[in-house]
Amino acid sequence: MNTGRFGEFGGQYIPETLMPVLKELEQEYQAALNDKSFIDELNTLFREYAGRPSLLYEAKNLTRQLGGARIFLKREDLNHTGSHKINNVLGQVLLARRMGKKRLIAETGAGQHGVATATVAALFGMDCEIFMGSEDTRRQALNVFRMELLGARVTPVDSGTCTLKDAINEAFRQWTFRAMDTFYVIGSVMGPHPYPTMVRDFQSVIGQEVKAQLMDLTGCLPHAVIACIGGGSNAMGIFHPFIPHQDVALIGVEAAGKGLNTSQHAAALARGQVGIFHGMKSYFVQDEEGQIAPVYSVSAGLDYPGVGPEHSYLYQSGRGQYVSVTDHEALEAFELLARTEGIIPAVESAHAVAYAAKIAPTLSRDKVLVVNLSGRGDKDVGFIAQMKGRAVHG
Amino acid sequence: MVNRMDILQRKKESGQKALVTFITAGDPTLEATYELVHAMAQSGADLIELGIPFSDPVAEGPVIQRANVRALKHNISIDMVFDLVARLRVNLEIPLVFLMYANSLFHYGAEAFFKKCRQYGVDGVILPDLPYEEQQEFLPYAEKEGIAIISLVSPLSGSRIGPIAAHAKGFLYCVSSLGVTGIRTGFDTDFESFMKEVGNSTHIPAYLGFGIATPEQARQLMDYCDGIIVGSALVKQIEESRTIDEAVESVAHLTRSLRRALDGE
Ligand SMILES: Cc1ncc(COP(=O)(O)O)c(C=O)c1O
Repeated sequence: MNTGRFGEFGGQYIPETLMPVLKELEQEYQAALNDKSFIDELNTLFREYAGRPSLLYEAKNLTRQLGGARIFLKREDLNHTGSHKINNVLGQVLLARRMGKKRLIAETGAGQHGVATATVAALFGMDCEIFMGSEDTRRQALNVFRMELLGARVTPVDSGTCTLKDAINEAFRQWTFRAMDTFYVIGSVMGPHPYPTMVRDFQSVIGQEVKAQLMDLTGCLPHAVIACIGGGSNAMGIFHPFIPHQDVALIGVEAAGKGLNTSQHAAALARGQVGIFHGMKSYFVQDEEGQIAPVYSVSAGLDYPGVGPEHSYLYQSGRGQYVSVTDHEALEAFELLARTEGIIPAVESAHAVAYAAKIAPTLSRDKVLVVNLSGRGDKDVGFIAQMKGRAVHG
Repeated sequence: MVNRMDILQRKKESGQKALVTFITAGDPTLEATYELVHAMAQSGADLIELGIPFSDPVAEGPVIQRANVRALKHNISIDMVFDLVARLRVNLEIPLVFLMYANSLFHYGAEAFFKKCRQYGVDGVILPDLPYEEQQEFLPYAEKEGIAIISLVSPLSGSRIGPIAAHAKGFLYCVSSLGVTGIRTGFDTDFESFMKEVGNSTHIPAYLGFGIATPEQARQLMDYCDGIIVGSALVKQIEESRTIDEAVESVAHLTRSLRRALDGE
C-alpha cells in the first residue's frame, strides 16, 4: 500500500492481468522523464503541434462588469483540438510509442479526450479505438463523426448509465483482453497509479506557463487559480506548480447540476464518500450500499461520479478549496463570457468562470484571479441552441 | 483456525479434481439463489462462489454484467446475502466464498465484514480488483477471523506468480486467459508453462477459471490444474430459463455434466 499514494488516496485497485502492464508503464514513465530526448520531443510537439504556450489573457471587460478582482483567462481553448486534453494525450502517446505499443484505446465523455486521442493517433499512424457511452454518442454526435474522420473507431457502450463511467469500465475490460499490444490513454488524473501522477505531470505545463506569464504581466502570484473538476486534470495541471505557494488559493469547481440538494449533480467531493473504483481510492458519489450512483451535469465532461485521488488529498488536507456551481449558473457564465469578451467557453470551463464571477466582486482590485479556460464551446453551441428552443444543424 | 476450504487441500492430495461454480446472489431473486446453491451442491460442486451484485463489475463480461443488473433490480445488499448464507448453512457444509468488488468491502467496513463472514459461514472472498499489493489493507481483519482472501494470478503475471502463490490462502485462482469473464470457445494460453510455474510456487490447490463453459473444456484443462471454475455458463442457463424451476434444473444438469467430466467419466 505504498505505490502512488496521495495520503490514503490513489493506489492500484485493478485486476491482476493489468498489474504487470502497470508496473511496466510505471518504469517506462520514470525512464522517459529522465530522458532528455523524450522531454525535448514533447516540448516540440507542445509548441509546434498543440500551439503552446497558450495565452494568458486579461479579461478586462469581464473584470469591469463584475467590479473587483482582476480576472485572467488561461486560454487552453486555443490549443489544437480545442481543449487542455491534447497536452496529456501527446505525453501518453509519445510514451506508448516508446513502449512499442501499436494500438491506442481511450474513453470519452463529451468527446474532447476522444478527439484529442484520435488526433494524435492519426499523427503517429497508430490504431485507435474510443469507448463512449451510447447516451453520449447521441448527445455529442458531431464529435463521434470527428473521431471517425480522424480514422478512429468509436465503440458505443450500452451498459449501466451509458455515460463516461461506463465507457471507462469498458475501456478497462477491453484493455485486459489486449494488455500486451494496447496502450490505454486515460483522459484525466484518475485510474490506477501511475496515471494520476503522469497525467498531472503532462498537464502541469498549464500552471508553469501561468506562473511565468503572470510574473511578466503583473510581477506577482495570483490570489487564486480556479478550474472546473471532472476527473480533475485541467485543475491539477494549473494547481500543481502553485501547491508550494501557500498564499495562492487553489479552487476546484464541481458540477452541482440541478443542485446539491437534489440527486442530480456530479459533486464527488461535496456529496461523495471515500471509496475504491476505477483503480483508485478516492471520493465517489455512491449510495448507502456502496453502489456507484448515477450522476448528472449539463456538461458531459463533468458528468463523472469520482474525482482524481490527488484532489481528494488536497481536499482532505485543506490545501485545496472545492466548491460547486449549478447548470443554471454555468450557462449564465457561458453567455456572460461570450458577450463581454467574445469568447465562447466549453460548458465545463463555464463552471470555473461562474465561480470567478461569484467571488470577483467580493475581492479588491489588486487581487488577481486566474481561471483555467479548459476548452472552447463549439461542441456545446448546438445543444445550447436546442435548450433555448432553436433548431440548428451541425 | 479451521476453514471449510481445508477440505479442498485433502481433495487435491487424493488426486481428485475440484469443481467450483459461480452464480450472482439475487439473480433473479434471493429465493432462486437458495435453490440454485443447494442444486449445485447436490450435483457435485465442491465450492460455490456467490457474486455480491455491484453497479460496475469491471472484471465481468456481458453475461455476468446482466446478472448484476437483474440482482440490483431488487436492491440486493450484502446483509441480505449474509442472511441467505445463514439460511443455507442450516444444512449445507460446502465451502462458500463471496466474489465482490473492493468498494463493496471497503464501504461495508473490513472489520465488520469479516466478523460477519465468520459468524454466518462465509469462508473466503475473491476481490477481482484487489491485486496482491493492495491486500494488506484488508488482510489483518480477514486473518483475525480466519477468512481467506483468495489471490489471483494471470498468464501475464510472470515473476509475480512466485510471491503471490507463496502467500495464497484457500485456493489460487488462475485466470485462464486475458480479458474478462465470459464464455470462450478456445484458449491460446500456454497452460503447460503457466501452471508449472504455479505448481512450483505453492502447494495449495490451483484452479483455472474464466471462460470455461463446457465438459469438453473441463476435460481439456483438468490435467493442468487441481480444479476448474465455471461461472458465465451457469449464469447463462439462469438467464435463458423461463422459470426458477427450469433454471434450477438446467444449472443442476450442467453442474452434473461438469462433475462427470472431472471424474473422468
Ligand atoms: C473542456 C473540458 N474541460 C474540462 C473537462 C473535465 O476534465 P478534467 O476535470 O479532467 O479537466 C473536460 C472533459 O471532457 C473538457 O472537455
